[in-house]
Amino acid sequence: MDWPVTMLLFEQVDMDFSANGRAVPAVRGVDLAVEAGEIVTLVGPSGCGKSTLLNITAGLFAPSRGRALYNGAPIRGINTRVGYMTQNDHLLPWRDVLGNISVPMEIAGLSQARKRERAEELLSLVGLSGFEKAYPAQLSGGMRKRAALARLLAQDPETLLMDEPFGALDAQLRLLLQAELRRVAKRFGKTVLFVTHDLDEAVAIADRCVIFAGRPGRIAEVLPITLPVDRDLFKLRFDPAYNELCARLWSIIAPELASGLAASQ
Amino acid sequence: MIIALRLGLVAALLLAWELASGRLVPEFFVSRPSAIAVALANYIQDGMIFFHMGVTATEAIAGFLLGGGAGFAAGLLLGRQPVLADVLDPFLTAFYSLPKVALAPLYVLWFGIGIEMKIVLAATIVFFLVFLNTYSGVRQVSREQLTILRLMGASEWQTMRMVVVPSAVSWVFTGLRLSVPYALIGAIVGEMIASNRGLGFVLSDAAGQFSTANVFAALLVITVLAILLNMAVRLAEKMLMPWQHAGNRREFSV
Repeated sequence: MDWPVTMLLFEQVDMDFSANGRAVPAVRGVDLAVEAGEIVTLVGPSGCGKSTLLNITAGLFAPSRGRALYNGAPIRGINTRVGYMTQNDHLLPWRDVLGNISVPMEIAGLSQARKRERAEELLSLVGLSGFEKAYPAQLSGGMRKRAALARLLAQDPETLLMDEPFGALDAQLRLLLQAELRRVAKRFGKTVLFVTHDLDEAVAIADRCVIFAGRPGRIAEVLPITLPVDRDLFKLRFDPAYNELCARLWSIIAPELASGLAASQ
Repeated sequence: MIIALRLGLVAALLLAWELASGRLVPEFFVSRPSAIAVALANYIQDGMIFFHMGVTATEAIAGFLLGGGAGFAAGLLLGRQPVLADVLDPFLTAFYSLPKVALAPLYVLWFGIGIEMKIVLAATIVFFLVFLNTYSGVRQVSREQLTILRLMGASEWQTMRMVVVPSAVSWVFTGLRLSVPYALIGAIVGEMIASNRGLGFVLSDAAGQFSTANVFAALLVITVLAILLNMAVRLAEKMLMPWQHAGNRREFSV
């Protein structure tokens, strides 16, 4: 048995943004340790700093105060060991689907044949076979998301940062991709930070679920998801333990949502 | 329908021209379509017009490629090096404001009256149009797309090749399309100032002999050359930017 390795460590992280010259607190006092190979979902009201934590992990911003360590070292500049799937797909409009998925493999210097083979695999995985030659402008929002997901998997990073990646997808495809994400992550020991507003999803795919409270964002509670590692996502809805966890999450987050709503009015 | 109307318009104008010439306006100044047609036929029969057309086309295309290439390279460099762009800004603005045709006498001194002088003149004009457009294009590259590629571990060269250049290319083509007539201006003005060949020479030669019909015939040939060059640029645009022309058949949504 390997000792758990801390992949990501936030220590008393504060984050401020400035608006009109005034510092606006966005995140306050976040302490969080994510182990290598762990899938952590982040839920909470909008604007509570979930995406900010992903941005800090990716090295796009440094925390205003506190420390953010990746694999034991402070994150300085762009963190190329993570793959980031943001809310916007950011596909390159001048490349067709195949070309977009090939970007990370071109950067990694894969051979033409290997690239092609892997891209075909990923396209069929996300259900985009037959759309190789389509340009992003020709795809629907859900298809663009799927292409972005295939690109993320093509990059094959150590840690996956995902910001509502499945939001625009239909329920069946979403379930399929959730199951696939868990399977890939567990098989290859990927660490996953996954922001979602879908509480069922937050329980289904997670090893741990971190619940945020709003304005400024802070961690309200961490819910360990005590479901089996090799759970079957397709049968989960009939599992009493799963339903209990979902109910639990609901009961924690409902007051947060209510207060977030009140604060925004 | 539109085409029929256009042809009708052309026929009406030519007829009005033919009738007005010699009656309302002296033929010396405006010639007449029938005489111009004869002049054109003579030019074509003689064959020399194709030689002159080739000279002008060579100058314009060489100037276009030289100026376009330099403008593209300079636009990429300054677009990615904002400090350098800031330092050079006043000088570039000053040079940009100078009417480039005014450089022709200087270029005659430097390069003589051969084809080189016309190429350099055309290139100087084209350079600024392509440079300014490329520069704007590079400055407008999406920061998000750049960041996404950096996260994938892309080098500066890779982001340049995969994001910056393709993103700027539609701007570059705007510059190139604008440049076609200006490349011709450079070539033809150069020929009119000092040359014994090219369409500019044909034009000023005809005017020097007070042959209005030949002047109009030369103008027609220049127009044809301009249209051909325009078509070539549009074709290149289509081939180099297939994503802009891919049919958009998905549902429309707001």
